[in-house]
Amino acid sequence: MSNTVTYFTGFRGADLLFLAEAAWGTLKLSALSIAVGTALGVGLGWMLAELRATRPILVPLLDVFRSVPLIIQLVLFFNFVPMIGLGLSPFAAGCVVLSAYAAALVAQVARAGIESVGRPLRRAARSLGMSYGQAMRHVVLPMGLRTVFPAWVGIVLGVMKDSSLVSVLGYVELLRASQILITRTQEALFVLGVAGAFYFLLSWPVSWWAARHEKRWQQ
Amino acid sequence: MIQIENLHKKFGALEVLRGIDLAVNKGEVLSIIGASGSGKSTLLYCINGLEPISEGRVLVDGVDVHARGTDLNRLRQRLGMVFQQWNSFPHLTVLENVALAPRIVRGLPRAKAEEVARRQLEHVGLGDKLAQYPAALSGGQQQRLAIARALAMEPEYMLFDEATSALDPELVGEVLDTMRMLAAEGMTMICVTHEMGFAREVSDRVAFFHQGRIEEIGRPEEMFGKPRSPKLKRFLAKVL
Ligand SMILES: Nc1ncnc2c1ncn2[C@@H]1O[C@H](COP(=O)(O)OP(=O)(O)OP(=O)(O)O)[C@@H](O)[C@H]1O
Ligand SMILES: [Mg+2]
Repeated sequence: MSNTVTYFTGFRGADLLFLAEAAWGTLKLSALSIAVGTALGVGLGWMLAELRATRPILVPLLDVFRSVPLIIQLVLFFNFVPMIGLGLSPFAAGCVVLSAYAAALVAQVARAGIESVGRPLRRAARSLGMSYGQAMRHVVLPMGLRTVFPAWVGIVLGVMKDSSLVSVLGYVELLRASQILITRTQEALFVLGVAGAFYFLLSWPVSWWAARHEKRWQQ
Repeated sequence: MIQIENLHKKFGALEVLRGIDLAVNKGEVLSIIGASGSGKSTLLYCINGLEPISEGRVLVDGVDVHARGTDLNRLRQRLGMVFQQWNSFPHLTVLENVALAPRIVRGLPRAKAEEVARRQLEHVGLGDKLAQYPAALSGGQQQRLAIARALAMEPEYMLFDEATSALDPELVGEVLDTMRMLAAEGMTMICVTHEMGFAREVSDRVAFFHQGRIEEIGRPEEMFGKPRSPKLKRFLAKVL
């Protein structure tokens, strides 16, 4: 009984606001990293697919970003930046690392998408007088990226979750905020439950939006 | 006029075209027949510059297709092409498929491009499918869409590469009818085809390809009625 009382006095309405703000931080971090990572990744994917000569350099480089655990990349990068005389906030450092990580993932997916558009379709586009760039922009990319859209959605949801790792740099996002509240309220399950609900609220619209697009494109 | 002079084309060590000389006049319909692998498709690709050539010249209205500095994107607007594979753009509606190139290549405003597209789609009998996606069309309709898409660039010439050979037999007729209609309207056409009936009835001339050369060329009555070369006789015996 006394436990229950502690728990209700421990978690106040203001704490919910605190978590909501942290969720906003998670959203900002993820959205920015995904936007930058996608733009960069599509460019890199195009290079992988169309400029084969770049592969020997790009493939191993991207593999580093994909395979070294994100938490290690974050800590290394955050500590490396001051060494070359730059100051970066935890948020900015997190954005840079998450963007690079997302770009590395998106690059391989985008490459596969571009390669899925075969020569006959490219030739059809070129036979109409489209330049290489026009065929790429209006035919190959829209078609190819649609093919790999589900894989890209997977990356988006993954990056949202992985953004919690930026908490190791001290940035107060959702997970970090939860830890702070847990320490104070000693109510791990409840706080984590609320935080989980916030994560779900962030990613559910993405899944919903993705499912709607996929259905529309299937016809 | 399309003039082809001493055209050679190699893929590595494989010489696919071995000295083609051919002239196609404005308003003419030329059918190309011949066994698989004889270089018929390759010739069409060399005419609109989708494949580089190894030797010789191709002139389209006097423009040397393979000369350095030739604006191929511009030249290809004069040369419509329809392929064997149905390659409509699946992410665009029927109307958008046809309106895309007029808009981005010819630079027409969207409304004007769509007007051109609608006119061509009605012409090939797809006026009621404008808002559909290609996946909802039959093979024959997709090929007519491809024809409309090429026509929307208002080309001087049309190149057909076995436009009907990927189709179910019952769908061949509607595509051939569309091609007949174009021929009757005076379009200059080069048709690679396995449809001997079409070649015989619609063409002004028929060229028989054999191993990268034109083995025999002439009026359809002569080619099908009294073929001279034994190779053509043998080919016709097999396909007719
Ligand atoms: N891109 C390419 N690279 C290498 N070889 C090729 C290429 N394209 C065509 N070939 C070869 O060139 C030869 C002629 O091909 P082409 O497609 O022109 O023949 P075709 O007369 O159109 O035959 P079909 O009736 O089967 O379409 C074939 O042996 C083919 O394998
Ligand atoms: Mg062929």
